[in-house]
Amino acid sequence: MMNYHPFVIPFTVGALFLFGVVFYKFYAWIAALDRKQKFMVKQNIFSFKTIRAIGEIFREALVHRNIYRKNPVLGYMHMSLAFGWFLLIVVGKIKASLYAGTFFEPPWLGIFFNFFAVDGHAFSHSEMLTFTMDFLLLIILSGLALAIIKRVKSSLLGMRKTTKHSRFDRIALSSLWFIFPLRLMAESTTASLHGNGGFLTNSVGHLIPSTIAPYAELPLWWAYSISLFVFFVALPYSRYMHIPTEVVLIFLRNWGADTGEQLSGYTDIQLNSCSRCGICIDACQLNFAAGISNVQSVYFVRDARYKTLSDEVVNNCLMCGRCSNECPVGLELTLVRQQFRNKQEIPGKFYYEYTEPVESKAGVDVIYYAGCMTHLTPSIIISMKKIFEAAGVNYWFMDEDKGVCCGRPLRQQGFIQQSKNLVIKNSRIINSARAKLLVTSCPICYKSFREEYNLNLPVMHHTEYIEGLLADGRITLNASNVTVVYHDPCELGRGANIYEQPRNILRNFSLIESNYEKENSLCCGGSLSDAILDLRLQLKIRDHALGELTKDKPDVLVTACPLCKKSFVHGNKARVMDIAEIVAGNLKVIASKKRPVRKEELQLV
Amino acid sequence: MKDLGFSISQSRTIDLDKSDLSAYRRVVEKVPSAKLCLMCGACTATCTARNHTDFNFRKVHLLFRRGQFEGLAEELDKCMLCGKCRLVCNRGVNTRAIIYNMRIILENLNYKSIK
Repeated sequence: MMNYHPFVIPFTVGALFLFGVVFYKFYAWIAALDRKQKFMVKQNIFSFKTIRAIGEIFREALVHRNIYRKNPVLGYMHMSLAFGWFLLIVVGKIKASLYAGTFFEPPWLGIFFNFFAVDGHAFSHSEMLTFTMDFLLLIILSGLALAIIKRVKSSLLGMRKTTKHSRFDRIALSSLWFIFPLRLMAESTTASLHGNGGFLTNSVGHLIPSTIAPYAELPLWWAYSISLFVFFVALPYSRYMHIPTEVVLIFLRNWGADTGEQLSGYTDIQLNSCSRCGICIDACQLNFAAGISNVQSVYFVRDARYKTLSDEVVNNCLMCGRCSNECPVGLELTLVRQQFRNKQEIPGKFYYEYTEPVESKAGVDVIYYAGCMTHLTPSIIISMKKIFEAAGVNYWFMDEDKGVCCGRPLRQQGFIQQSKNLVIKNSRIINSARAKLLVTSCPICYKSFREEYNLNLPVMHHTEYIEGLLADGRITLNASNVTVVYHDPCELGRGANIYEQPRNILRNFSLIESNYEKENSLCCGGSLSDAILDLRLQLKIRDHALGELTKDKPDVLVTACPLCKKSFVHGNKARVMDIAEIVAGNLKVIASKKRPVRKEELQLV
Repeated sequence: MKDLGFSISQSRTIDLDKSDLSAYRRVVEKVPSAKLCLMCGACTATCTARNHTDFNFRKVHLLFRRGQFEGLAEELDKCMLCGKCRLVCNRGVNTRAIIYNMRIILENLNYKSIK
């Protein structure tokens, strides 16, 4: 038979196995999507979104622009391997089809082309194609060299820590490292015998002694085929499963699939799309501030995928969202972790029946909900009251006395049913007041109201509200040259995308930037989501964050979350104020409403 | 008899040798700071649930420590896990994590994580 040799068998068997397993897995995951996700797929499959997804697959799965932006060397490494190999397959296929004169040549012909095409029979563009193939191989080999350097010494590529791998990963990784050097050696040996190589393979071929070449040729092609076989068989069980899965993920994400509350096929797709690059390890404060390096998202995702998840890995997380923000694949790591925290529900049980019903006050414009944590920082409540009064707002302080929690802390610990009970209680009170606006001082409550509640009025965090009051001229501030640094609370910044409003308010002061602004902001360490973290380590995280934020010695460290304020105040590094406090302290007091000024306020004015 | 608003307590014995102390040991394993608690009651004073009921962290902690589990699971369900108690604790005890772990241990089947 023409163009056949037994060494193609390992490759062919491996490739068939790979396609079988991958398509079986895809089928199982898509079948396990929840109802809402399936609906979104059906709704959007024949729309412009599919074309957008294909564009994104090209940009992110092949070229990986996201990694480029974060770390150009790592980006080049990924692109040379992913895009280079992809082109090698495509160009190889074109070359083989031209050579065989048919589109339906045997699939291995393109892969082992140089072994079969030795008769020198020319086909169109053969020289240009041979050059391209050699060039692509060179690019891939340069990427491979970087990959090996990264494994040996990750700091050379700008990564402080790289992922520790499982056994399957090691097998797949080793075979991947062998594939391209073996291909180079096999092609070069054939080139030295038949002179059918390009600039790279011919040159390497010249270095091979002619006495060895005839004996080395077949073993090298066998070794190349076997290394492909090993890689293909290990792929579905190793981190390289991200190669096919990411394509599905990008489609589903563009079609509008939502991670949702409970585990679904989409969760599996996200877990399998993780390439375990380890970028999240460097992003995690538990790693760089507290020295814990076994619970990061990469390990959580790995353990969840292989079903070896421990309580510690699920629960030892601040849920600050820094890793999701850094993830080059765009996995919703915090939401997925939340899904694994969720507990089984006790059907029909209703909790918190004891809470006394609060009569909602009718005829007010604004409802103010301080939140549990704000009750521990009364200065925020006093400031908010002052601002409401100065702006002449008709408001009702909803949880002044018998308030109940918003439900988010329970949710973060996985007690969804209890959380929903609290949501019902609060919704009833808020909705029956028929007010125009709900203002809260706590970003945790804010996120909860926005995402979990079904309210008949808009919700604002006090940063948004104060910004609006200032813009409308309902309150005005005294000119001040106090230097301030703003700390973005996790739930308000990465959680609810409120970055500009607080900065607009703080432009009235002299605002200086820290190294951790907006999406890159740090967690104060006080996060409620971590029920495992030791106090000592929590304080380490706080002190690190505080040190970074007060590097430029600002007069005041301003934040917008009672929990962040509470954490930072005890660090004793700088004066810490909530944004409501600094606004209330600098309100331009109208003459008729003049009141005695407190000593601390005088320092600021 | 005249009602003075209080009465004589029934005498009762807590035999620690017969109590199941292993459950508390498991909590301490998860939350080592539990040992630092000196039962001052600051947590109870700030508690959101305490504002509505007689829920009392100090009490549930003590009962659990002694292995007196009757009715404790229902009592623990009153907590909203809001975390105020953790912030006021002057000994740095992670009170919220203690409640979380006591719940998991007492209602082991009901609160099983989905994995």
